[in-house]
Amino acid sequence: MKRSILKTAMVAALGIGLMGASAIAQEKIALVVSTLNNPFFVTLKDGAVDKAKELGYELVVLDSQNNPAKELANVEDILVKGTKVLLINPTDSDAVGNAVLAANKAGVPVITLDRASAKGEVVSHIASDNVAGGKAAGDFIVEKLGNEVKVIQLQGIVGTSASRERGDGFKQSQEANGFNIIAAQPADFDRAKGMNVMQNLLTANPNVEAVFAENDEMALGAVRAIRSAGKDNVLVVGFDGTDDAIKAVERGQMAATIAQQPELIGAKGVEAAELIIKGEVPEANIPVELKIITK
Amino acid sequence: MQQGIKKFLIDQKSLIALVVLIIGVSTLNENFFTLNNIFNILQQTSVNAIIAVGMTLVILTSGIDLSVGSVFALTGAVAASIIGQDMNPFIAVIAGLALGACIGFGSGVIIAKGKLQAFIATLVMMLIIRGATQVYTQGSPIGLGMSDYAYMFEWIGFGRVFGIPMPIIIMAVVFIVAGYILKFTRLGRHIYAVGGNESATRLSGINVDRVKIIVYMISGLLCAIAAMIEVSRLSSAQPTAGMGYEMDAIAAVVLGGTSMAGGRGKIIGTLIGALILGFLNNGMNLLGVDAYYQMIVKGGVILLAVLIDNKTARA
Repeated sequence: MKRSILKTAMVAALGIGLMGASAIAQEKIALVVSTLNNPFFVTLKDGAVDKAKELGYELVVLDSQNNPAKELANVEDILVKGTKVLLINPTDSDAVGNAVLAANKAGVPVITLDRASAKGEVVSHIASDNVAGGKAAGDFIVEKLGNEVKVIQLQGIVGTSASRERGDGFKQSQEANGFNIIAAQPADFDRAKGMNVMQNLLTANPNVEAVFAENDEMALGAVRAIRSAGKDNVLVVGFDGTDDAIKAVERGQMAATIAQQPELIGAKGVEAAELIIKGEVPEANIPVELKIITK
Repeated sequence: MQQGIKKFLIDQKSLIALVVLIIGVSTLNENFFTLNNIFNILQQTSVNAIIAVGMTLVILTSGIDLSVGSVFALTGAVAASIIGQDMNPFIAVIAGLALGACIGFGSGVIIAKGKLQAFIATLVMMLIIRGATQVYTQGSPIGLGMSDYAYMFEWIGFGRVFGIPMPIIIMAVVFIVAGYILKFTRLGRHIYAVGGNESATRLSGINVDRVKIIVYMISGLLCAIAAMIEVSRLSSAQPTAGMGYEMDAIAAVVLGGTSMAGGRGKIIGTLIGALILGFLNNGMNLLGVDAYYQMIVKGGVILLAVLIDNKTARA
């Protein structure tokens, strides 16, 4: 019995201790983010947090851990807690639908970030154009090495919208320019897998001239594999513009990275939310430009 | 008799923790203890709770089922694709449940007849079924579509009977049936016996293999039932669905006071364990606890519960 009191007391203490600083009454905005286990979305969150601080809003951030069920639960929770605007970075465009509908039903305006929602009413969608980015990567390779170039494509996690869209854009460029994709394999957006897959592909395709990786982590893994195979003239293009990749570009190990600007996506999300709170209507589509980072 | 009292006390302890958690968060946030929010939490909990029921039966036989998340994903995907092709949702549900039970049957046979450790067998099953899910879905989510049948299917996730959401009703039925089986049927007694002392059970003439195969079948079936709820609630099936659900289910079982060594535990404890996790998630969201700290708190609560249970079990 004594122990049960101890247990209950500790659970209660945890609850009270974690109440945190929600004392000052500011207008509340919620951000439900697909995952905080990936630097890209952490940067997106940081951009939103900074902008909210600057404009004087309380921003509540919830992590969906890449799970649409958790995402729906987060949205249901935040609707109970109350928020003026819901910023949501969906885990998946289809699966987020019912979460958006729930917000619609509760009368809370929804803004989607980075990924769109297939269902429900969304006031504004803010994203960089992954398809255009994939196309830009292909065009960049052709610009450097010509139409006949032999390219290997490292794909991200199969089925994710980022992988699909970047791949689609890259394919568009291939169809327009007619270059050869001699191999395409998934390496799950992961650096170590990028290296392993690239090592295997290099053995099978020693004549490769360029690599397009659907994110920078895989690109950096591919760079490792290429260098340890003693090939210096393979052109590597990554995607995302992470710090490591930009360094690699500066050192000449990578040719380019197609950089999204996640902090700008987050910041523009909060700006659009402010417009809604002030009774104005933000643009339905707010594109955030991509930039090709080269040496 | 004394054993019974001890078990009862362990259950009570989880219940007290749950009640304190509810009272604690209620005092900090006025929106927490509303019917609307309670329904929210129960619906959110239903998926994990139903999977955890199967996990409880498996753990009671001193086994483990690591394949639950994969089975959940594949059965959900199969059901969603059937509805996506404008077929009767009844067929989709039956197909999903049958598939879940079949996979569970497979795991059970491998464990019982192949004499493989449950950990290894279900780990292998987890990989194979996850792979099968990726093959089946081609890595893309499967939507339910907009047909009348899709709306019929969504009744599982959104329907209400007497104002109570369907997922909650399904969860309640699953717990009542499982509780009845464990408490009042021969199978229930055999499950405890297998987990308590397998060789003694075998020597006393009970078909241990049969008991094992049945519990893994039930586990697979319950994964499929949970998958129907989630697919219906999301209107789509994800190839990556259910990742990590085995851990959530094990956490609920352990929080509910069931021994990982098998033979000791109650189904009501699992319900309370799942509810503690559900209320904790919701409470932390309502209190605005930082996302990263939420994981630490969850881990801490589970650790605490296990440590205390361990001590009381030995005392």
